[in-house]
Amino acid sequence: MYIMKWLEVFNRKNRILLRELVITDFKLRYQGSALGYVWSVLKPLFLFSILYVVFDKFLGVGRNIEHFPVYLLLGIILWNFFVEATNQGLNSIVGRGDLLRKINFPKYIVVISGTVSSLINLLFNMIVVLLFVLVNGVQLSWMSLLIVPLIIELYIFALGVAFFLSALNVKSRDTGYLWEVFTQAAFYATPVIYPMQMVSQKSSFAVDLLFLNPVAQIIQDSRYVLITKDTMIMWNRLSPLMMSVPFLAIAIVVLFAVWYFKKQSKTFAEEI
Amino acid sequence: MKDVVIEVNSLTKTFKIPTESSNGIKQKTINYIKGKKGYREFTPLKNISFDIKKGEFFGIVGKNGSGKSTLLKSIAQIYSPTEGSVRVNGSLVPFIELGVGFNPELTGRENVFLNGALLGFSHKEMELMYDDIVEFSELADFMEEKLKNYSSGMQVRLAFSVAIKARGDILMLDEVLAVGDAAFQQKCFDYFEKVKRSNQTVVFVTHDMNAVRRFCSRAMYIENGTIKHIGSPQEIADIYTEVNMDAVTSAEEESHDDSVSMSVDIPSKKNFTQEDSIDIGVTVDGIAEDVFVNISFVYGGFVFADRNCRDTPSDFIQNNRRVNFNQSLDGFNPGKYDIHISLHRRADDGVIKHLPRAFSFIITGKDDFRDGPMRIMGKWSVKKRG
Repeated sequence: MYIMKWLEVFNRKNRILLRELVITDFKLRYQGSALGYVWSVLKPLFLFSILYVVFDKFLGVGRNIEHFPVYLLLGIILWNFFVEATNQGLNSIVGRGDLLRKINFPKYIVVISGTVSSLINLLFNMIVVLLFVLVNGVQLSWMSLLIVPLIIELYIFALGVAFFLSALNVKSRDTGYLWEVFTQAAFYATPVIYPMQMVSQKSSFAVDLLFLNPVAQIIQDSRYVLITKDTMIMWNRLSPLMMSVPFLAIAIVVLFAVWYFKKQSKTFAEEI
Repeated sequence: MKDVVIEVNSLTKTFKIPTESSNGIKQKTINYIKGKKGYREFTPLKNISFDIKKGEFFGIVGKNGSGKSTLLKSIAQIYSPTEGSVRVNGSLVPFIELGVGFNPELTGRENVFLNGALLGFSHKEMELMYDDIVEFSELADFMEEKLKNYSSGMQVRLAFSVAIKARGDILMLDEVLAVGDAAFQQKCFDYFEKVKRSNQTVVFVTHDMNAVRRFCSRAMYIENGTIKHIGSPQEIADIYTEVNMDAVTSAEEESHDDSVSMSVDIPSKKNFTQEDSIDIGVTVDGIAEDVFVNISFVYGGFVFADRNCRDTPSDFIQNNRRVNFNQSLDGFNPGKYDIHISLHRRADDGVIKHLPRAFSFIITGKDDFRDGPMRIMGKWSVKKRG
């Protein structure tokens, strides 16, 4: 019974709406720009050029890591996806307040559509990453396919957070500012622009702690399967119990977020 | 009952209205510490129950703030009930607060399809309705333009066309009579006439009692969030006009010569039938000149009959008498009327006193085929062909 209800999320009407919202979002994203969709690919390209010049030529960080600029690029792209998807989700309900007051439609579709748009953007970016992976002569293997479940894991986590934030934002408009500060802090608590090895030189415990963050686990695993075996991963460090923490965290966040969103969504129209 | 499409069962809706802006964490924390609730409760709907059957053109009337819009939004399932339940059988197309939020950056065409998706129609289904929608909106030349380049009237027209041409089972309309210019309004009225005869269910909120009489098959009057009466559009329109009239106090006298005083005697009752007549008495003091009294009849906010009563008996002031005006009502349609009374100098027609809405009254009658104030009393007959 309960599963049937969950499948309803993807019934015909909702699929229609989701499709239409995602298409609209894409149309609007690059509206008024001459290059349009090309920017989805150009942005990561430029980002790579900058990273290459700054880290490889000037700073010389990560010399001991193979293909460090691509390693950086992948981390930043995954991190940016997480921030973008959660922010899109955060504003999705409040941003459509006008609509919510006039017509009844499944609210969660709006949140999903915001994150799906970000996901499509991520896929464009991944094409660029793949391009540089090949140009840099990285040896791909069957293991590289693990990037797919890793991206799915990241998406589910981002979607869960987006559900929670979108509902919380209706209650209190401070949510957006708080989340901005939080993601700024989390950016440095996640090994995005520094290699994990830098941390392990200071404290091994700090490394273990950082790995409990699901995004850290996902970014490091993605680098490991796609770019270089020089990447530090949690699988050969933590105890099995500790290893389950990132996954448990995602499960708890998603379940709580869905429960909270369902509870709050009944009164969205009157509170917005 | 198998034909019930909307079933409202002891519906109560309570809102929590923040007393101070408690949308921020700071205020919330302060309120929490002080033990203040931070909101007050407001119940616009109290224990409402009624059914709407398939094919009905159901009117909901009530004064501003009576709960009409909250009720409509509850039926449209935009608000969830605090207590009780609302059951809707079939797809519902709402047109609330002048239209569904369109996106200004999209073209008219794209907006129509997005709107359709929100209502649950696929791209294919919308394609079938599209020509119909565009034709009704009369915006065929603008469909490829961005909505931000539309005038506000055009936007509303498009939204309204989507609502009425989308093939939903139930159409909900809120205050639609403000849509568009006179020509478009006429078009909507004609369309409503057609809808009335079809099997489409319509829920219709309005202040326009003529529209209620013309289109509705049944109507409901609500006051302070409770149902006062459900009945024929005739009954409801009469109740509504009567209630509204009590609220309107007669306007202030405009004086152009303070040395003159005019007092008006009006009938003590306000309800009349077409068999009755009304008597109005006017007494004037403080002027020796020859004057006449002008009486005009107002219906729906407009003066439709203005009797420049130059035939007012000319010597009533000199003889210190009251002048009396008697009007039989058999030439009027049922409805709500006002009378303006003014006093003029006969020499140059100059206004001395003007008393707007000196008297308001209601005419009730059983005549169902009525529109406008004038009762058409022509008779049919059958004659030999010439």
